[in-house]
Amino acid sequence: MSEANQTAAAAAIAARHGNRPDELLEILHELQEELGCVAEAALPVIAKALNLSRAEVHGVVTFYHDFRREPAGRHVIKICAAESCQSMKGRELLASAEKILKVKAGGTTVDGKVTLEKVYCLGLCACSPAMLVDNRPVGRVDAKTFKSAVAELA
Amino acid sequence: MKVHVPRDSAAKALGADQVASAFAKLDGVEVIRNSSRGMVWLEPFVEFDTPNGRAGYGPVTAKDVQSIFKSHSSNAKHKLSVGLVEDLEWLKKQERLTFARAGITDPLSLSDYIAHGGFEGLKTALKKSGAEIVKQVSDSGLRGRGGAAFPTGIKWKTVLDTAADQKYVCCNADEGDSGTFADRMVMEGDPFMLIEGMTIAGIATGATKGFVYIRSEYPDAVAVMKEAIAIAVNANWLGPNIQGTDKSFSLVVRTGAGAYICGEETAMLDSLEGKRGMVRFKPPLPAIEGLFGKPTVINNVLSFAAVPFILAKGGEAYKNYGLGRSRGTLPFQLAGNIKQGGLVEKAFGITLRELVEGFGGGTASGRRVRAMQVGGPLGAYVPASDLDLAMDYEAFAAKGAMVGHGGIVVFDDTVDMAEQARFAMEFCAIESCGKCTPCRIGAVRGIEVVDRIADGDASALPILADLCNTMKFGSLCALGGFTPYPVMSALTHFPDDFSRAKEAAE
Repeated sequence: MSEANQTAAAAAIAARHGNRPDELLEILHELQEELGCVAEAALPVIAKALNLSRAEVHGVVTFYHDFRREPAGRHVIKICAAESCQSMKGRELLASAEKILKVKAGGTTVDGKVTLEKVYCLGLCACSPAMLVDNRPVGRVDAKTFKSAVAELA
Repeated sequence: MKVHVPRDSAAKALGADQVASAFAKLDGVEVIRNSSRGMVWLEPFVEFDTPNGRAGYGPVTAKDVQSIFKSHSSNAKHKLSVGLVEDLEWLKKQERLTFARAGITDPLSLSDYIAHGGFEGLKTALKKSGAEIVKQVSDSGLRGRGGAAFPTGIKWKTVLDTAADQKYVCCNADEGDSGTFADRMVMEGDPFMLIEGMTIAGIATGATKGFVYIRSEYPDAVAVMKEAIAIAVNANWLGPNIQGTDKSFSLVVRTGAGAYICGEETAMLDSLEGKRGMVRFKPPLPAIEGLFGKPTVINNVLSFAAVPFILAKGGEAYKNYGLGRSRGTLPFQLAGNIKQGGLVEKAFGITLRELVEGFGGGTASGRRVRAMQVGGPLGAYVPASDLDLAMDYEAFAAKGAMVGHGGIVVFDDTVDMAEQARFAMEFCAIESCGKCTPCRIGAVRGIEVVDRIADGDASALPILADLCNTMKFGSLCALGGFTPYPVMSALTHFPDDFSRAKEAAE
């Protein structure tokens, strides 16, 4: 998407939220949904619309783990790395996933298919280890089920 | 024929959607997506209506659907049958006040909710004064279920007694602690209960606007809560002049963005205001100067969820459960390396052993239980020798541990406790908001010191103890202040693990 389109999208989303500064997180979520990331070009537009400084908006974007500055792959897999999943070989699962995808957590595969992320707790602690594949929960994951979940993705 | 297949995320994570669509393809079958009973080890848990009650099957895969349907239709016994759900010991032994409807109702059916006692508490509240409602909550002995266990009645009274042109009710649904999922189950499985509890809080304190702050890792909970709020508004259980009275309350869902610290109440307020989730100094208390500087009730999902029962049945009825200063029930969450994981709501006083070995059936791996982390990433590691400890805020505090939100993560004897201690520091470093030095710098130094100890440097042991002491007493909030608990408990109870790396090197 061109920079002009990004700024136009940012202005439209901010306006939908009444240009209210307290809705900044909601605006950023929607922007990421629409553009695939919180694009740099959108930040000054949002700051102006919400009557905030660019530094304030930058501060919020960089504070929260969810907001990405570059678009993700076509699919996002979030693997839980918290204690409950650790107790069920979650560390091994993450290592296998990195090996299978040939990418470190936080990275995107070369073909742009999958972005692998490490998160802390999905609330699926009674069926650890767990992951979200494009927001679809999967429990009791091992290297084998991870591999087939990736294979199913287009 | 009606078939109930849970729509809870944990059930979905184990294949409930595939099971539901397999049933939907069968002739004469109506699929209802109910909430989960909380027996996660039996999920996907499928239930049929019978004249004697619900008959259950689990864990079901899509492949089993044909054969279950056949044998259920012909009254034959299937290998996955568990008999009548009401007769299951695992459920019968529980005391479900908050989770009374779990697994029984369709989460988004208002008529189901009302048929099973829903809105009785709110109806009572609508006839009472704010002070009378607050007294009921105080009498119940309810303490904040988010972990800090502050008396809910006192908090509400402070907001009620503070005059302001606008007050707020905020629900902290940023359930980021590993090993906890009760908040998620309430939001996905019984959202009207949370709406009812928050509305009662609004009426009690004179707040007309509420926010539910839900973490983004819970996409299903966000969707269900939004839908439930729209349904409640439509039926006039939310909005202006609720059920024709002069009371009004509106509710909005806000989604977090992956910052654990926003589960700290003042960081959550900053986040709700659209800012970085930085922890605020206290005082002023949020009950006096909270969201947008106005008096604000902040409670956890489970605290609000307990309120409808208290109003409907009276504070005394709730207080009759529990012991000492821990009154009522707590939905315990059995997690991690556990054979029968899930949700167990019991009165305070039950022992860890009854939960982990009784309900939980021991570890999933079949190995020996070595440690349990109770109360999330900031809770202490409790060794197996303390299995007879009773779940009671004061008993745990006396042992240097905490009940917290009731999450219990079980580890078997393959766990490396030095690695767990290191992780606690690492997690604190990643999630620190950065406002106070003991947490921001201390956690980073903590990782280094744990590494030194693991490398066999015994001179680093007193440094770690000293650092933990500084973090404990010098941090602004519980993140820096409680990270020492998992670290020091691991070191105290499992010192051998900290010299293992050295031995391996030699």
